[in-house]
Amino acid sequence: MKRAATSMLFFALLIVLWEALSRTGWYSPVLLPSPLFVGEYLWQAAQDGTLWTATFVTMRRLIVGYLIGILFGVPLGLLTARLKVFQDTIGLLALGVQTLPSVCWVPLALLWFGQTETAMLFIVVMGTLWSVIIATENGVRTMPPTYLRAARTMGSKGLHTWVKVILPASLPYLVGGMKQGWAFAWRSLMAAEIFVTILTGFGLGQLLHYGRELHAMDQVVAIMIVIVVIGLLADRILFSPGKISSAAAGVSERLIKQF
Amino acid sequence: MSLEQELANVEPDRIEVLDVSKSFTTKRGTLAALENISLRVSEGEFVCLVGRSGCGKSTLLNIIAGLEKPDHGRVLASGSPIVEPGRDRMMMFQEHALFPWLDVMGNVLFGLNLKPGLNSRERLEVASYYLKLVGLERFTHSNIHELSGGMKQRVALARALAPNPRVLLMDEPFGALDALTREQLYGDIQRIWEARRKTIIFVTHNVREAACLGDRVVLFSPNPGRIRQEFEVSLPRPRDINSVELAQYSSEITAALKGFTAGEEVAE
Repeated sequence: MKRAATSMLFFALLIVLWEALSRTGWYSPVLLPSPLFVGEYLWQAAQDGTLWTATFVTMRRLIVGYLIGILFGVPLGLLTARLKVFQDTIGLLALGVQTLPSVCWVPLALLWFGQTETAMLFIVVMGTLWSVIIATENGVRTMPPTYLRAARTMGSKGLHTWVKVILPASLPYLVGGMKQGWAFAWRSLMAAEIFVTILTGFGLGQLLHYGRELHAMDQVVAIMIVIVVIGLLADRILFSPGKISSAAAGVSERLIKQF
Repeated sequence: MSLEQELANVEPDRIEVLDVSKSFTTKRGTLAALENISLRVSEGEFVCLVGRSGCGKSTLLNIIAGLEKPDHGRVLASGSPIVEPGRDRMMMFQEHALFPWLDVMGNVLFGLNLKPGLNSRERLEVASYYLKLVGLERFTHSNIHELSGGMKQRVALARALAPNPRVLLMDEPFGALDALTREQLYGDIQRIWEARRKTIIFVTHNVREAACLGDRVVLFSPNPGRIRQEFEVSLPRPRDINSVELAQYSSEITAALKGFTAGEEVAE
């Protein structure tokens, strides 16, 4: 409770400081809108539904792209960690491509897919996939090799070893990889939404973009705040350490029982 | 199959190591871990392999386990060649190698679940029997990370015993434990060895530990790994690590160990 109060006080102070700065008149209100205007914009956007629609559109893209990234990234990461052939091919590719900022995929995506949802999804997947592969691979590699030797002496082989030893042993690291994937997906989606304007749905990034086009700085700042809040909430709710490890334990237990 | 049948249903193996050599290629060149090693371990014998680190004793254990292949020579278990790991030869490691995602019972059941011919109720009975044997029946559903180092090694011992192997291979299993815990485990391992009649091959660099546990102590020297000398320890059991008779054995063995390593240093 005390910590929550400290945080609240800190942010209240930041807003007061911001308001004071905008009232001095040193900066044009076009460049530095007062927090009151930003709040007003948020209120309006929430009332007319723009904000909710945009958030929904963005989250849908994010989740679909993220899931595709995980779906391919985790198995590829597992294979890369365990098999030399994959390490020397996919692993190397992932290592190289993951250094590419996801916004660099935008020109390619636009030419290949046009101004479509597919282009958007492509950018998010490219932003997520490689980092998930790398994180998963690192996770599996840190598994103590005696686990495998112990399992072998007890007669575990092939699929049994994968399902009962390698997967549960690397699960905590897989979660780390998935968290990193989430962060990358979020960043690449924002890049995609700002640069790819399409008519099938206005995401948060596009609201940001149009805020700039219309010189509506209150809109720009407001949307930035929304993006920060969503990121923070996702981190806290989805990836809080306690929840994840217990959820992961539950999943592995179910997997193990089914097998 | 009843619990009694399952427990009775095993004979210890005789292990024969015949002229085994093994080398590893590293960046610094080729390292002869083992050179022309021959060793015979009778049914139900407790043999300790002693030597400095890098003398190949752990490599030999891995070869007997079937985890590694020798470059040259053969290893036989009661006459049949060892080609891969099998649940007849279970292994205990210095790092307990327990699976932290399973509880104590889950760990002991891991090897049992892979053993055919038992239904799940029998598996539970067998696992409970071994947990009781190592004195951990009250910790059946504890998490691994809640246990002390000594308790973890007891779980590892129960896990290795549970599939009822003919041979138990122990690779410095007590190396990371404090002295008091080790002493307790010396008592336990002797008691369990007498109760379950296993052939045990035990690797250590602690001479006193070897003299306390082994019927026979085999000394290795490094570069290349070779067997240099053997000692019969003919003391009655259970043996106390702090007894005077044991101290005599261990000082004799230590002197021998120092003798041939010193000679090698001169030769270099």
